[in-house]
Amino acid sequence: MDAINWHTFFFLLFALVACAFAVGVVLATNIVRMALYLIVSLGATSGLFFLAGADFVAAMQLMIYVGGTLVLLIFGVMLTAKGPFISMKTGGGDWILACLLSGCLAAFLLPAAFAVPGWRNVRHAADTAAVNAAQPEIAEAADASNATAEANSAVATNAPVQTRTATPLGMGLLGPRVDTLDPDDASLVAGMSGYLLPFEIISMHLLVVLVGAAYLARTKRRADSRNPGARNA
Amino acid sequence: MAEALANYLPHSLEWLAYVVVGLVQCALLLLVPFVGAMFFVWVERKVSARIQDRLGPTRCGGRFGWLQLLADGLKLITKEDLRPKDADAVLFLLAPYISFCASFMALLALPFSNGWVVQNMNVGLFFILAVLGLEVFGVILAGYASASKWSLFGAMREAAQVVSYEVPLGMCVVVPVVITGTMNLVDIGNMQAGLFTNWLIFHDPFTFVTFWVYFTCATASVNRAPFDLAEAESELVAGFHTEYSGFRWLAFFMAEYGSMFIVSGLGAILFFGGWNGPIPIAHWLGLTVENGPVLGFIGNLLGCFNFIFKCVAGVTFMIWVRWTLPRLRIDQVMQVCLKYCVPIAAVMFLGATTWTYLLPGGVGLRSMPYGMRYDTTNVSAAFQPAAVVPPAPAAPVQVNQKLPQASPPKIAQADVPGPGRN
Repeated sequence: MDAINWHTFFFLLFALVACAFAVGVVLATNIVRMALYLIVSLGATSGLFFLAGADFVAAMQLMIYVGGTLVLLIFGVMLTAKGPFISMKTGGGDWILACLLSGCLAAFLLPAAFAVPGWRNVRHAADTAAVNAAQPEIAEAADASNATAEANSAVATNAPVQTRTATPLGMGLLGPRVDTLDPDDASLVAGMSGYLLPFEIISMHLLVVLVGAAYLARTKRRADSRNPGARNA
Repeated sequence: MAEALANYLPHSLEWLAYVVVGLVQCALLLLVPFVGAMFFVWVERKVSARIQDRLGPTRCGGRFGWLQLLADGLKLITKEDLRPKDADAVLFLLAPYISFCASFMALLALPFSNGWVVQNMNVGLFFILAVLGLEVFGVILAGYASASKWSLFGAMREAAQVVSYEVPLGMCVVVPVVITGTMNLVDIGNMQAGLFTNWLIFHDPFTFVTFWVYFTCATASVNRAPFDLAEAESELVAGFHTEYSGFRWLAFFMAEYGSMFIVSGLGAILFFGGWNGPIPIAHWLGLTVENGPVLGFIGNLLGCFNFIFKCVAGVTFMIWVRWTLPRLRIDQVMQVCLKYCVPIAAVMFLGATTWTYLLPGGVGLRSMPYGMRYDTTNVSAAFQPAAVVPPAPAAPVQVNQKLPQASPPKIAQADVPGPGRN
């Protein structure tokens, strides 16, 4: 019996959970249940990222998307809760429109996904590369192709891929792309390229917008409400 | 660990190694919320009794009432599992387990000693924060699904509080990350090895203040007094878990104590040296990983005791605070967060960054292996695993090699058996 391929097993598990609960979001009528299904679906997506070795993106997925659903949930409850458990029905026209839109998106995304040459029929090669990158010594042992090395590589196939993606991501934000580009290139000095400055500018804009929205939305206090006696003066 | 075990098993049973190791790790981690909650309940009873000039439980088990913890657990397990008639059944039954799972998942990335961690993640700190934030889902779902106004009030308060306090908490946690230059909790802990002056809380004045802001925000984010508005028993009966009883209530309880343990442990690792004692006795005695697996195991075990002691101290401190300070009102909670914690955390972040930049060694002029060593001329130098750290982190292979020609040959080496081909 072959060793169980845990990567495939967990990929199928997470993918199934993500898809099933995504359908659940569409079919549910209670807004809090929708939010719960969305959380499970997004959490399973995060599991897929962990499986791919992108731990930073996975933690981001948990923090931003799943955490963002929390706010969605709060506002969903606060803004829609007239009675205890209201159920929302979707009209027929909405269904048709939604199916059309999502069908278009799927028709666009699926060929795009299958068109990537690196993703076609290279599962073994990609896995091997991942294992090689993670555990070079075991891969070297496997090259020796004796019995021990066979056993070792079978173990290595199932071993979790140790990744350090956070630092290259941060470096990429600063400018130097450690994954693709030559680090000795003089034009890739920090500050000369990269997305840090645009990112910061956008963040500051968003912060200003948030503060402005909070200021505009708060109830206006009458100028003389603090000191009623002043009216008579 | 699974790989080592798999080498002893016949080829066809290798998958068993992973299952066994996973189960053992889960069982060990489950001790924290289960046994930890029982122990902390007893501690809380005794400490609160002392603070209020009482004796606390004395009847069950000897002089200190230590059997009380078993009696409490037994009582809760045998209670009837009630569900209100109007409740949303699925969500109501599910909510406690969501809280518990979030708290348990955070334990997966929490190192208990040098390398004693289920998943030694490169972004472990970030992962723990992200997962701990999910605990509030269970609370909100419980409050909503109970169909009770007390529960809903409690849940909404909790949501507002947790969402607000995540901001200063994140800012405080970033300070040790800036100083050490890594989000790997094992690395952060190992960098503070040596005398207690190496602990990050003594790194500079800013980190000292940051720790107290961190602890305040952590107390608020795990919903403990004086921030326990979600279960304010004098106003909301019992808040979000008003309608719960028996084991489901116990699940909320274990999630709460588990989270207290985790944020205390996080504080211990980030600011108090983690598993490194104040004086490196184990190091002097040669109980390190370099001197062989047995001595390393003993040293790690001592480190684990160290870490758990620090966690228990943190939880006890929270208990002390709970029975000393009165509960805050919701506007006071927001005021503490937005007017005090956020600005103080921001200033401390700025100060610690400047300090680290100008004086990388901190007060003790000790050089941090990773911190603020960004060299623009030689990028790959920043990726070299530091020799100071005992467990050298897995070398980032794709960086150290010359990159343009590194990637294609790796895929070309197809003679290594892929999954399912052996």
